[in-house]
Amino acid sequence: MSGELAQFLLSGLTVGSIYALVALGFAIIYNASHVINFAQGEFVMIGGMATVSLLGAGLPLALAAALAVALAALIGLALARFAVQPARGASVVTLIIITIGAAILLRGLAALVWDKRIHALPAFSGDAPIAVAGATLAPQSLWVIGVTALIVCALWAFFNRTLNGKAILAVSHNRLAAQLMGISVRRVLLVSFALSAALGALAGILVAPITFTSWDVGVMLGLKGFAAAILGGMGSGPGAVLGGLVLGLLESLGAGYLSSAYKDAIAFIVMLAVLMLMPGGLLGARAAERV
Amino acid sequence: MNLRTWFAAALLAATAAVQAQAPIRIGSFLSVTGPAAFLGDPEQKTLELYVERINAAGGVLGRKLELIAYDSGGDAEKARTFAKRLIEQDRVDVIVGGSTTGETMAVVPLVEAAGMPFISLAGAVVIVEPVKKWVFKTPHTDRMACDKIFVDMKARGFSKAALISGSGGFDKSMRAQCLGVAKNHGIAIDADETYGAGDTDMTAQLTKIRNAPGVQAVLNAGFGQGPAIVTKNYKQLGIAQPLYQSHGVASKQFIQLAGDAAEGVRLPAAALLVAETLPDSDPQKKVVVDYKRAYEARFKQDVSTFGGHAYDGLMLAVEAMKKAGSADKARVRDALEQIRGYMGTAGVVNMSAQDHMGLDLTAFRMLEVRKGDWALVQ
Repeated sequence: MSGELAQFLLSGLTVGSIYALVALGFAIIYNASHVINFAQGEFVMIGGMATVSLLGAGLPLALAAALAVALAALIGLALARFAVQPARGASVVTLIIITIGAAILLRGLAALVWDKRIHALPAFSGDAPIAVAGATLAPQSLWVIGVTALIVCALWAFFNRTLNGKAILAVSHNRLAAQLMGISVRRVLLVSFALSAALGALAGILVAPITFTSWDVGVMLGLKGFAAAILGGMGSGPGAVLGGLVLGLLESLGAGYLSSAYKDAIAFIVMLAVLMLMPGGLLGARAAERV
Repeated sequence: MNLRTWFAAALLAATAAVQAQAPIRIGSFLSVTGPAAFLGDPEQKTLELYVERINAAGGVLGRKLELIAYDSGGDAEKARTFAKRLIEQDRVDVIVGGSTTGETMAVVPLVEAAGMPFISLAGAVVIVEPVKKWVFKTPHTDRMACDKIFVDMKARGFSKAALISGSGGFDKSMRAQCLGVAKNHGIAIDADETYGAGDTDMTAQLTKIRNAPGVQAVLNAGFGQGPAIVTKNYKQLGIAQPLYQSHGVASKQFIQLAGDAAEGVRLPAAALLVAETLPDSDPQKKVVVDYKRAYEARFKQDVSTFGGHAYDGLMLAVEAMKKAGSADKARVRDALEQIRGYMGTAGVVNMSAQDHMGLDLTAFRMLEVRKGDWALVQ
């Protein structure tokens, strides 16, 4: 039954790549501010819904997608500037609650501005399934996996080769020291929110042909992405990607070989086990508590 | 005729004259907002539209209708409060409402105690089984959808089917009903898979179904985007067996979402969806076409079966009042129970003391997606 296994692996990889993209968004903001941004799922929704409505207005897909990503980045900036930054003195828990409030607001606005129906984007390169090792794969899955891989490379380059990226890393390691070195923590926060909003929107556009999109699609994707980020180690880029892929594969193999009724339970049990044995996640920073 | 009879007759005439002034009060509580708004919104619009039309045509028994409707927002607790208000303060003559099963069941004890005829617009079998003296309902049940699908499978010579269902309330209820009635039709359910509410990929479950030996057809009991994803994954995996969907996705939106993958998918649906394509000889055609045109002309949006349930509810209440010759609650109830051969948007209604829904399998039409549109399966 190698065809069966190949099918489960391919499904898992596709879903896992989606989770990985969402998880990356969580990681970037967490690095810059130690805030877990629960509005991350809403950026995914905004990406998908905005593209659908721009496409409906007659724009070509590529332009609609680019504008949707830009719109999400702007909303991310606004969220950082008008909601998170004014409360920067507050505790992290307060900031997290602010992001939950922002998520509810964005979802409500989406239901008003657009509608409450489910929409589909056309697949970027057709629907004809591709046969791989006795299994089949939708062309859109290749887009998801491929773009995820590209983004991971681009992010690596950004964080290791550019000043802005290094600034974000510096802030994540030691905020005070970074500030003393002349890094604007304010700007880092803004950049990181815009970046992860854009990432989320991109994920939302990529997956819309597979999963469809609607005003409330961000809730579940946000939660799964959060789980993936935790599993991989909060704040770790490679960890987020690994966490996403592992979660996707666990779900698919769990549904395939055990029972689909316990699919989510299996994924979360493994996650709990990992966290008990490795509290920092798979690739998380070994917590070095400063006293 | 003696003096006493004359006196009684005069009194009757006098009260009738007074009643002629007072409107007949139709009470309603619907989920116009909230998660079940897609049910309550067309229901409310339909009630308003037809109360207006009936009044324009002279009302019922020479009296106007007055609609008193509350928005229960899908909340059973609110539904109870509003039902109480309808019974005690508004003193309505009949209640037509209850978009969801939860709201309906919360109100049942109230109407039973008050002796208020109540026509529910919600789906589940529990509303009319066991029979409750004052409670009726208009929509078909999920069990009937299962029956309809299994009858079609049998007609195509299938005896082994697989089931894949979501985890929502509708999905679970339909799954249980289908598992329950499959045996009656000689269909064995050989695989029973589920998926979660926000799941984005069902290929793992479908691969299992594909590898289950001897499965001849697959039934997806589901609601929302899940069935569209199942349909796409089904096509992607190249599964050759016919796929059946439930009446839960019987809308154009399903075809739009699933695209080409929807070709050949069959599902049971109310005649309203294919109103214009019904043959002219179909006895239901006039009712559904008239309702569809009236609704779409007024509200500029596609008609839905849910609005049709409200139409049926209101018309059954009116029919019962005409039959009873009054709006007296007990007499309206008895008349409701005796309605036979009434043609509504959901099908022919034959009420009885044992059946407070009165629909049979002819209420559902088996549809197949052909060239991106619904086609009737003969």
